[in-house]
Amino acid sequence: MAETEAVDPNAPVTKISTPIELTYRFTAGRAASRFIKGLLDKKILGQRCPECLKVYVPPRGSCAACGVPTQEEVELPPSGIVTTFCVVNVPFYGQKIKIPYVTGTILLDGADIGFMHLLQEVEADEVRMGMRVEAIWQDEADMVPGLESIKYFRPTGEPDAPYDDYKEYV
Amino acid sequence: MRDVAVASFAQSQSVRRADETNEVEMLMPVVAEAVAESGIPKKEIEFTISGSCDYLGGVPFAFVSGLDAVGAWPPISESHVEMDGAWALYEAWVRLQHGDIDTALVYSFGKSSLGNVTEVLSQQLDPYYLAPLWPDTVSLAALQARAWLEDGHSDKEIAEIVSKNRLNASKNQYSQIRSQISPQEYLERPYRVDPLRIDDCPPISDGASAIVLVAGDRARSLPQKLAWIKGIDHRIEPHSIGARDLSVSVSTRLAAQKAGAIGVEVDVCEIHAPFSYQQAIISEALGLGASTDINPSGGALCANPIMAAGLIRIGEAAQAVMDGRAKTAIGHATAGPCLQQNLVCLLKGGN
Repeated sequence: MAETEAVDPNAPVTKISTPIELTYRFTAGRAASRFIKGLLDKKILGQRCPECLKVYVPPRGSCAACGVPTQEEVELPPSGIVTTFCVVNVPFYGQKIKIPYVTGTILLDGADIGFMHLLQEVEADEVRMGMRVEAIWQDEADMVPGLESIKYFRPTGEPDAPYDDYKEYV
Repeated sequence: MRDVAVASFAQSQSVRRADETNEVEMLMPVVAEAVAESGIPKKEIEFTISGSCDYLGGVPFAFVSGLDAVGAWPPISESHVEMDGAWALYEAWVRLQHGDIDTALVYSFGKSSLGNVTEVLSQQLDPYYLAPLWPDTVSLAALQARAWLEDGHSDKEIAEIVSKNRLNASKNQYSQIRSQISPQEYLERPYRVDPLRIDDCPPISDGASAIVLVAGDRARSLPQKLAWIKGIDHRIEPHSIGARDLSVSVSTRLAAQKAGAIGVEVDVCEIHAPFSYQQAIISEALGLGASTDINPSGGALCANPIMAAGLIRIGEAAQAVMDGRAKTAIGHATAGPCLQQNLVCLLKGGN
């Protein structure tokens, strides 16, 4: 910044800078709060839509397709399949994991929607669609109310799920 | 113009902080109630539109998640305004004028509790001269109140307005402030931002509302009493509050003229005036007489879920018609700083 630069008082103003900072609270809502707190007990809690019977995780308290409240809680196992994935090769500031690594969309067994998480204990070039994975939880001291309580997912070594099993979710 | 009617109206309890529920959870029962009361099966609603403001929650595109409350699959015809739901209702009314569809769902929601709302709203001001100064909503309303007082009015008139709204709100289960105050008690209260007392200011509110509009023969085939929209119009004034006379509302006057709401006998008028003084200004612009019952709901002064409060005014006015309490009613909504933009909706019963 050329703060010492002489300013010509007669020159037209061509730009101004007006920083804006607003602070907000966030309300997760009933369904997401139960999900977040459940993770502290190593429980993954989803919700089933009473109309289309789809199971959502994380739950949002509603079925976006049917527009109805979802109330039935469903505990999901910490295992599922990789439906899609991305190999991260780009270094960025604050990166904690050695590149290349893989983030995948994990579809838990019994769920109808995937969520993104980290894949570890596997080489990037070995990750594939349909690969079966399981959650590895954080150490007790590092458990937080959030998906970070799951440290990462790793392959179970079971046979891959056939494409037909998850093609709806890709 | 094609006949369009309000077929149903629903609103949430206005609360200081809906801490347990997120926006969708807050909105869903309201939408469900309005749809159920309308008699129109949800799958037969042909147009859906919402009014909300991402700045309230600080979440970009927050209105998209609001759609979770209506069920947007298979794909629905849907729109949104970053405004009070009253303007969403206006767009729905225009959409119904096209003539190819008969039904529309309008909803709005807002949680003012998530941020510092008086600061958040300062960001709607012009970004060069005013917004960088962060003038808060209450201070701007105080400037407007001062302008009105200097126009030859007295706060004794305001005392009556405050007292009446609070009495009405005490009987409204959805309202937030339910305590009463006499004109004398009001006048003895200290100033908060001179000349505004705390009772001149709205509460900070979280809430939602929804209305189903039905047009033409489809509306006439419904069994319930309807509130027909006989005229609707909205007008806007200069953005800069220094460029207009804050003691009057020329945009309300013009909108009312265009909506055919001037010179008619009005039984009930719901005025969207978050600040008490604004009710006096709007009431004067609408030319209301003593025979009009103003704000039987208690108004936005007693429950102010921003983005929903204007739609609630139209809903309350329509409900008065549907319940037989009014033959003719006006719902008014405002937006922008110091009554910048105003919408007037004239409603009548009958066929």
